[in-house]
Amino acid sequence: MVMRALKALVARDLALAARVGGSGALSLVFFLMIVAVVPFALGPDLNLLSRIGPAILWLAAVLATLIGLDRLFQADEEDGSLDLMTGAPVPMELVVLAKVLAHWLTTGLPLALAAPLFGLLVALDGTAMAATSLTLLVGTPALTFIGAVGSALTASIRRGGLILAVLVLPLMIPTLIFGVSASEAALGGTVPFTTPLAILAALSLIAGVVGTLASAAALRWSE
Amino acid sequence: MRLTAQTLAVRRSGRRIFSDVSFTLGAGEALMVTGRNGAGKSTLLAVLAGRLKPESGTLTVHEVGEATLPECLHVVGHRDGLKSPLTAEENLAFARDLLGAPTASPRAALEELGLGHALRLPVAYLSAGQRRRVALARLLVCRRPLWLLDEPTAALDVASQAVLAGMMARHRATGGLVIAATHQALGLEGARELRIEAARSEAARSEAARSEAARSEAAMSEATATPSDAATGDVWW
Repeated sequence: MVMRALKALVARDLALAARVGGSGALSLVFFLMIVAVVPFALGPDLNLLSRIGPAILWLAAVLATLIGLDRLFQADEEDGSLDLMTGAPVPMELVVLAKVLAHWLTTGLPLALAAPLFGLLVALDGTAMAATSLTLLVGTPALTFIGAVGSALTASIRRGGLILAVLVLPLMIPTLIFGVSASEAALGGTVPFTTPLAILAALSLIAGVVGTLASAAALRWSE
Repeated sequence: MRLTAQTLAVRRSGRRIFSDVSFTLGAGEALMVTGRNGAGKSTLLAVLAGRLKPESGTLTVHEVGEATLPECLHVVGHRDGLKSPLTAEENLAFARDLLGAPTASPRAALEELGLGHALRLPVAYLSAGQRRRVALARLLVCRRPLWLLDEPTAALDVASQAVLAGMMARHRATGGLVIAATHQALGLEGARELRIEAARSEAARSEAARSEAARSEAAMSEATATPSDAATGDVWW
């Protein structure tokens, strides 16, 4: 029964992201926009671009994640779906986990998959593209889970998007640091690639636990 | 199922909404919660649904096994819990899978409420009354012993009100409980009435006394110094 409820939740959120007004494609377009704008600002210096390319992609990923997060729980709070979920025979933690999973599948995963393509815009070579894509795949769950806490805290605030960004952006900095350093370690340097990557994976796992518990606690008594 | 509420009191943002609300509801019984606008009817339902913590008092359920109170009830209120981009059928199927204990298919439930034709329409295309009927169809797709209805007849036409009355009568005949916050007679035979006016008016009196005191020159210090009822020393926005 629990699995059935969770499957229904994930399926519903995926369907909603795919329908009109869903946030799935939007954050990907936003990601593309940031990555595309940077070369205009920096000028056509290919060496510079390919050196800071991974950092640009990661920064864009952090900002694109923030874009979709404000509606993660707010939409359900506004239309009363959260009342339904409170009454479901499923702990709120699992509800949060299912919703965050669906959200990551529609925002984080597309970012990681599209990163090699967008790497072309900042003159990344093959190794750097693969490395950045892998670090995004490992690191974006941390971004989503950290963001979910802010999203749960601001669920009952109208126009909570800005507060959300202010709340969670500082908490995303460690993920950003290790994501970029892992991407750069793949291009050579004194640190082996796996060291920062392992720390990035650990950040995602910790955020998975802490983020789920904290979001559920925030949603349970949102008044 | 039996539900007992004892001396419930609720405070929101430091403000006493109501206090000393007690009632007992057994199988097949119905309770009409009445009171002026803003008296706290919806707040009481939110407490029962587990969305708000009461400041004091207890809520106990009996004869439901290990289920908690929020797992024993359906809520239909102003916020209808429907997703506009999804069809009526998808919304109901989701509610059924999420809440468990399915009893009727979304199609059967919608036909019961005269909305069979809206099965594959996105809820966004429906009128307020039709949306309300889709939300009410949720009561039929899975079995929950307690129905919490907040102004269930709002936006409903006369025919649908009769259908709702029939649904509630059948639900009670099979041992279900209904708690409805309403301004109208719902066709609930033998329903008891709970007025939360009294609890509120006490707070309203202290509120009036407070604003008067605030208006006078001696202002706040005097108001907080008056030894009066519990609501006086609160934090106010």
